[in-house]
Amino acid sequence: MSLPKFTYCEPKTLEEAALKLAEYDGRARIVAGGTDLLLGMRRGIAKPEVVISLARIAGANAIVASATELRIGAMATLAEVAQHPLVQQHFPALACAAAVTGTVQIRNMGTVVGNICNASPSADTATPLLIYDAKMIVVAPGGERTVALAEFFRGPGKTALTQGELVKEIVLKLPSGTTRSNYQKLSPRSKVDIAIVGVSALLAFSETGAIRRARIAIGSVAPVPKRALEAENMLEGCQLTPEVIAAVAAVAAKEAAPITDMRASEDYRRSMVAVLTRRALQQNQREQQ
Amino acid sequence: MDKVCITLNVNGDRYELAVDPWRTLVEVLRDDLNLTGTKIGCQTGDCGACTVLIDGKSVASCMMLAVAADNKNIATIEGLSTGQDELHPIQEAFVEQGAIQCGYCTPGMVLSTKYLLDQNPDPTETEIRQALSGNLCRCTGYHRIVKAVEAVAVKMRADGKGE
Ligand SMILES: Cc1cc2nc3c(=O)[nH]c(=O)nc-3n(C[C@H](O)[C@H](O)[C@H](O)COP(=O)(O)OP(=O)(O)OC[C@H]3O[C@@H](n4cnc5c(N)ncnc54)[C@H](O)[C@@H]3O)c2cc1C
Ligand code: FES
Ligand code: FES
Repeated sequence: MSLPKFTYCEPKTLEEAALKLAEYDGRARIVAGGTDLLLGMRRGIAKPEVVISLARIAGANAIVASATELRIGAMATLAEVAQHPLVQQHFPALACAAAVTGTVQIRNMGTVVGNICNASPSADTATPLLIYDAKMIVVAPGGERTVALAEFFRGPGKTALTQGELVKEIVLKLPSGTTRSNYQKLSPRSKVDIAIVGVSALLAFSETGAIRRARIAIGSVAPVPKRALEAENMLEGCQLTPEVIAAVAAVAAKEAAPITDMRASEDYRRSMVAVLTRRALQQNQREQQ
Repeated sequence: MDKVCITLNVNGDRYELAVDPWRTLVEVLRDDLNLTGTKIGCQTGDCGACTVLIDGKSVASCMMLAVAADNKNIATIEGLSTGQDELHPIQEAFVEQGAIQCGYCTPGMVLSTKYLLDQNPDPTETEIRQALSGNLCRCTGYHRIVKAVEAVAVKMRADGKGE
């Protein structure tokens, strides 16, 4: 069972890659780690005539920090992101999600940018990146643009990328003040399997312990990973009490629009959004104390 | 659709090949280089039978294009032991602990074990189970595999060679 045939190229720069993509308009695909693309080709879902590898682009696997932000390059693997000290320190939900995506082997191959560009509703790194207000730096033959991650997902397997566009890197603003964040994943085969539900929550606390800013994102329960905006709004300005947590968890569950599939039913998924939201908020609270 | 010229460094041997770009690394290892120790199971990245180390990191060679391994150092099961008739301590431990039945998963299990011990010479049972969670075995029930890894970790630490 071999893969379908294609032509392969390894551009040296992102601009060159964008030009190739534009040239083959819809008939070319980018390959990073290949763990989604090769599976898609094997299943006959993806049939690119041209496969454009990012492997030879210098610095594409970099994870670099400045005084204000962290940049995750297109070829940075899930394992590299999970193990990066600055990711662990400032973006623990992302470090955790990257550490439980797939298997050891998949994490050594697959990239975070690939996980996002594949745009699966269950993509493990999506909800963490949503709570950190991630920005995607998009390169096209004509130049660069920035797309907020919340605007990037357009449906299962669909992104905001248009002809000739590819993602250069993900940019995260380093948090200021006291923030707590974590990722909760529920999956059948321990952590290896695709998430039935994934929830990430971030709370920024003021000096009085009130919540200054809240982010809750839910995965595997809608056509795209998304923020639970109503639940977030309820939290701002509040002190976290068991009653507040229960109410917010219930609203987050209402904001989910899950489906029934072989992994779980709609009802179960919805209930689990409430459970995981509660756990995420409780963990934030414990870490704050 | 042109073939692509690549260089593979496998177990210290250098091979120059012209390959079709759609062929996976495991296909080239097995069919072109005749290194059939690396097995093909699911071909979907789930079972770990095709595990090899690329520049020291474990990957599923069924999910990797051979062209993506150009100029990299690849370690397969054939290159693990140094001598002709000797086994690597990990292989020895698998034999001694009865961690092999049909043996189909074994090359992948052994390489995942090598990757684990290279990074963490003193793993807990949970760490061992997590490290091997990308390798499926249809026969042993895993218990003896975990025991083998525990045993070889102790032995390799005692021998002072963390390789
Ligand atoms: C056994 C197995 C288990 C898995 N388990 C999980 C899991 O638990 N959770 C999970 O979320 N995922 C899982 N996955 C899916 C996959 O491994 C991840 O989504 C991974 O992060 C994809 O990264 P990649 O670099 O391999 O992507 P690729 O396959 O290289 O690319 C994925 C898609 O994004 C596009 N793309 C990649 N990079 C760019 C770019 N820079 N610009 C534009 N487009 C781009 C490609 O064209 C392709 O369509 C699993 C896959 C396998 C095979
Ligand atoms: S054959 Fe590669 S993971 Fe199963
Ligand atoms: S020994 Fe048979 S698959 Fe593991």
